[in-house]
Amino acid sequence: MEYFVQQLINGVTLGAIYGLIAIGYTMVYGIIGMINFAHGDIFMIGAFVGLIAFLILGLAGITWVPLALIIVLIVAMLLTSVYGWTVERLAYRPLRGSHRLAPLISAIGMSIFLQNYVQILQGARVRPMPPVIQGGITLMETDAFVVQLSYVQILIVLVTVALMATFAMIIARTPLGRAQRACEQDRTMAGLLGINVDRTISLTFVTGAALAAVAGILFLVYYGVIDFYIGFLAGIKAFTAAVLGGIGSLPGAMLGGLLIGLIETFWSAYFTIEYKDVAAFSILVLVLIFRPTGLLGRPEVEKV
Amino acid sequence: MAVEAGKRAGSIDGVDLQALFKEAGLAAFVAFGLAISVVGVRTVTIPGGLGLEYRWEWVVIAVAAVFIGRFVLAFRRETRSPARRAEREATMDRIGAGVQKVARIAGPLLFIFAVALPWMPFSNRYIVDIATLVLTYIMLGWGLNIVVGLAGLLDLGYVAFYAVGAYSYALIAIHFDLSFWICLPLAGLFAALFGVLLGFPVLRLRGDYLAIVTLGFGEIIRVVLLNWYELTRGPDGLSGIPRPSFFGLPFSRRVQEGSDTFHTFFGIDYTSMQRIVFLYYLILALALITNFFTMRIRRLPVGRAWEALREDEIACRSLGINPTNTKLTAFAIGAMFGGFAGSFFATRQGFISPESFTFVESAVILAIVVLGGMGSQIGVVIASVLLIGGTELFRELEQFRMLAFGGAMVAIMVWRPRGLLAHRDPTLRLGAAAKGGGP
Repeated sequence: MEYFVQQLINGVTLGAIYGLIAIGYTMVYGIIGMINFAHGDIFMIGAFVGLIAFLILGLAGITWVPLALIIVLIVAMLLTSVYGWTVERLAYRPLRGSHRLAPLISAIGMSIFLQNYVQILQGARVRPMPPVIQGGITLMETDAFVVQLSYVQILIVLVTVALMATFAMIIARTPLGRAQRACEQDRTMAGLLGINVDRTISLTFVTGAALAAVAGILFLVYYGVIDFYIGFLAGIKAFTAAVLGGIGSLPGAMLGGLLIGLIETFWSAYFTIEYKDVAAFSILVLVLIFRPTGLLGRPEVEKV
Repeated sequence: MAVEAGKRAGSIDGVDLQALFKEAGLAAFVAFGLAISVVGVRTVTIPGGLGLEYRWEWVVIAVAAVFIGRFVLAFRRETRSPARRAEREATMDRIGAGVQKVARIAGPLLFIFAVALPWMPFSNRYIVDIATLVLTYIMLGWGLNIVVGLAGLLDLGYVAFYAVGAYSYALIAIHFDLSFWICLPLAGLFAALFGVLLGFPVLRLRGDYLAIVTLGFGEIIRVVLLNWYELTRGPDGLSGIPRPSFFGLPFSRRVQEGSDTFHTFFGIDYTSMQRIVFLYYLILALALITNFFTMRIRRLPVGRAWEALREDEIACRSLGINPTNTKLTAFAIGAMFGGFAGSFFATRQGFISPESFTFVESAVILAIVVLGGMGSQIGVVIASVLLIGGTELFRELEQFRMLAFGGAMVAIMVWRPRGLLAHRDPTLRLGAAAKGGGP
């Protein structure tokens, strides 16, 4: 029982991170119908920017954790969203209206490029970061097992929930959100009605990248090690989450993220940890075969 | 109009320089945002944790380069007519068509060159080795070209079939002690079987979903190879894979009692080059078989159905083509050639481990197909020679190789989304009689 609760906590934490990345996938897919393969690498860049910001703040003497964390989050969101914007501008915008596979191939190229870019600039070895936040709450205690809810985990869930709420507000209430929903339904018509479609798409990438940056920092704080390759696996799992939840649907992305996090954690805890990635991929395959619209997605009709 | 615009302050040839400066400035500002973090600061490991190293001069260089680059690009855009783009497309199409035409003549010449390569005065062990490697990628590229170029299915897990081929060859050869010539078709069959097994459930999916699923399969196979220790010996890899023999004549210095080796049978002296040259011819033959097979099958109904499916799936379905089965054949045949290439890889290396079959490998093969021009056989050759041969010559730039790969993939897609030498001559064309159309 205690073991189960502990795994549940760990799974929810991991799921929150996946969910934040998955939003980037699902929004981009919803609005321009392409898989932004480089999104995982944006997440990785966010983690690196966060690491650098933490180190600089440490040298500057700002060590009060809440303040440092807020500064790091803001800086990383800003700088990472520049990457999101640039990727869209350089690799995807010129391909709008091209054949279907062109943006995907371009995205794969971008992903390879970004991985090696960071590898060359920051080195190939893993970067460890000293723990910023330590300690936690002991929830249950038996002789054999202690259930710990660490402060980092609380932070991750809180930040995720806060961001999701803000984000849902933006989509539901603001002009930007309205423009995004309009573009999602019909880009041509939205354009005719005076919405700047290119700008809306750019802003979608920017917000997606900002959320990925937050996920990157949470990942960094939670695991304490990053390297240039983390984006690949995390990206694929987050994409799986987006598909599982129903691609194009925001609550779906969050739900999918949670489920993937839980499945992965429980799989590692009760079966074999070596095959945890296989579990995630198998779910992706199974969902796509049996329920391509995901749990909360709308069916897509292909028209001539 | 032009004269009037020319009179305005700060303009040349009617180009508003101020606007150009503004545009370049914005680009430089974005570049500054990009560079300030991961370019300008490097995390370094120091005793007791992480330290920082500042490289502001790199940021300055990057910003300046982007400013100048953007300015030049914008200036060129302003001074050239907008018709240029269409014109350029047409030019590249013509070049693509030209290359195809030249390929008809150059193909045999290239073939003769490839056959003669080991006997050229300049050739040595190193060159033959690189040529073998390039040919392996050409073969993989041709195999993937069936799936991506002809059938239009984006397969991001092609390396899985390469791995299945390599491992099934190695396992059969080690455990059952069969010769290369029996193991090779078996390995190909195994890979094709895997292609069918994996393809059957997923080929109903639309293009980009299919790509992600194949990527997932590629990773699953790698993870299984890594963890199924009893069969694959996991990360340790399989070693001691039997070398191929020349129709039963092994290439070895020592002659076993009562049997011949290659050099004693032909009464020549033993050199280690013999095996290398043999391997070279082996992969050349395999690659040519792949090419010949592809060229012939394009003219069969199934080949035509692939190309038709790539162009319009709904139309095909309406015309009675079963999309899943047709795609499945392409998938299986592509997988089979991947398997052949894999068994060649295993026998050449004598050692295989899951490390050789990562996603990067799939991406490289895909890059070869994409850059060469999807569906173009000669394009694959050119791309392989440039990408594999070229980077092999600049070994010290290894770390920039994948960077260039990724960048090139983006650039080619933006510049020519169909691939550099893509020239889609429909393989089937209605005769002149059908051209008129109306009365």
